[in-house]
Amino acid sequence: MIKVDHASKRYPPGFDALSDISFEVAAGELVTVGGHSGAGKSTLLKLIAAMERPTGGAVLVHGQNMGSLKRTAIPYLRRNLGIVFQDQKLLFDRNAFENVMLPLTISGFPPAEAQRRVQAALDKVGLLGRQKAMPIMLSGGEQQRLAIARAVVSRPNLLLADEPTAHLDPETAADVARIFLEFRAVGVTVLIATYDDSLFPDARRLVLAQGRLQ
Amino acid sequence: MWLHQSGDALRLAARRLIASPVNTLLSVLAIGVALALPAGGQMLLANALQLARNSTPAPQISLFLDLDADKRAIRDIDGRLKNHPGVKAYRLIPREDTLARMKANEGLADVIEALPKNPFPDAFTVLPADDRPEAMEQLAAELGKLSKVAHAQLDSDWARRMAALLKIGRTGVLLMALLLGVGLIAITFNIIRLQVTTHRAEIELSRLLGATDAFIRRPFHYFGVLLGLAGGIVAWMIVAGATWWLRGPISELAQLYSLEFSLRPLALVDSIALLAVAAALGGIGASLSLSKHLRDD
Repeated sequence: MIKVDHASKRYPPGFDALSDISFEVAAGELVTVGGHSGAGKSTLLKLIAAMERPTGGAVLVHGQNMGSLKRTAIPYLRRNLGIVFQDQKLLFDRNAFENVMLPLTISGFPPAEAQRRVQAALDKVGLLGRQKAMPIMLSGGEQQRLAIARAVVSRPNLLLADEPTAHLDPETAADVARIFLEFRAVGVTVLIATYDDSLFPDARRLVLAQGRLQ
Repeated sequence: MWLHQSGDALRLAARRLIASPVNTLLSVLAIGVALALPAGGQMLLANALQLARNSTPAPQISLFLDLDADKRAIRDIDGRLKNHPGVKAYRLIPREDTLARMKANEGLADVIEALPKNPFPDAFTVLPADDRPEAMEQLAAELGKLSKVAHAQLDSDWARRMAALLKIGRTGVLLMALLLGVGLIAITFNIIRLQVTTHRAEIELSRLLGATDAFIRRPFHYFGVLLGLAGGIVAWMIVAGATWWLRGPISELAQLYSLEFSLRPLALVDSIALLAVAAALGGIGASLSLSKHLRDD
């Protein structure tokens, strides 16, 4: 599913965020990437999501080299990818339903089918009763679950999450972690960057320190 | 799918317009006023053209005879005019009538009294069948060669002056339309730039969720088109209001000149053209702005 081959990322003027990283993730696996903040976890996810290009080595997803993709090919690739962003990136001028609808609108889903899928995704994260709520009215845990619903609504087979349990109280964090485990159980490949990998005891653990795999 | 996405984009654009009503209103007013000037100019021009057509005396040719032309010569010319295919109608103006008419004019009476004899020749006025300038000139030249005709004069000067004046008016309206069209593109350009800045987060997110450039541009493009269209409607209303307001005073003026004239509103074709051009200019402004401000992020 994912193959990272001697990948490195250097930001100008000479800061190495990642150096010579190699690992593979098989389909259906749950993998956590641990490490302190600044260890390069977010950068690694950005390389996999084609938000950044590696400065050395290669990152392959579904056998495609993310570093050499044409700009016009990237949108279609991202549609098969579910991403939970560290800062969530919810749109605060749209309600919960419309936030989750956005990926389906982008990929041009027929509206009736899209509506069913949005409701299914909201149901999955326990927000079906709050679909008309604006994000500002949701609690931190609810906002995170909304972000997850948006990431999975197009039923991707790869789900990336950047610190999905940060800033949540332990109980809410455990709730959110359980949702990821449920997706893993139905065959979705899940890669989670988290400082707290104790929430995912079954996961294969990768640990980054100063841009290198431990 | 394209239809769905277009509908969604159009709804989104409309929602964004309504979301900031004051900004939208001000933008629409700016565009409306800018467009009202050339649209109003076109309205006045169309009316002027109408007025010119209705009130210009039909162009005619005046034939001035030699002073020594006698009754026989006059009868001879009369006969020729009667049978000429290029002549629609004609009338003899005897020199005595001309003298009497001139004497009636106060300033000239004394001068004419002082003259030893009638200085005016007999004359014919001829109404040509074909009133195109070239045909009339040809007819005038031909009639000028008849014996005892001293001079054939074409009275189309006034029509020519009017045509020249209307040409200036038309050029003026065109020039104004061009300038304000550029202004309108500049207005939309700037509004869309602000829109892009306002929706930066949404644009970035949409890209991350797999949106193509076309998907991201579409609502902003429609935003520009809707803004232009709304501005066009405002311009139309301004012109319609001005027409309604000016109609009374202009009718009064026309009556004083004993003209049958009342101001007409913008013609249907012109109205449709106004709206189409407004929408198109809004779209062009948006496109230019988007290609500059959405290029690489």
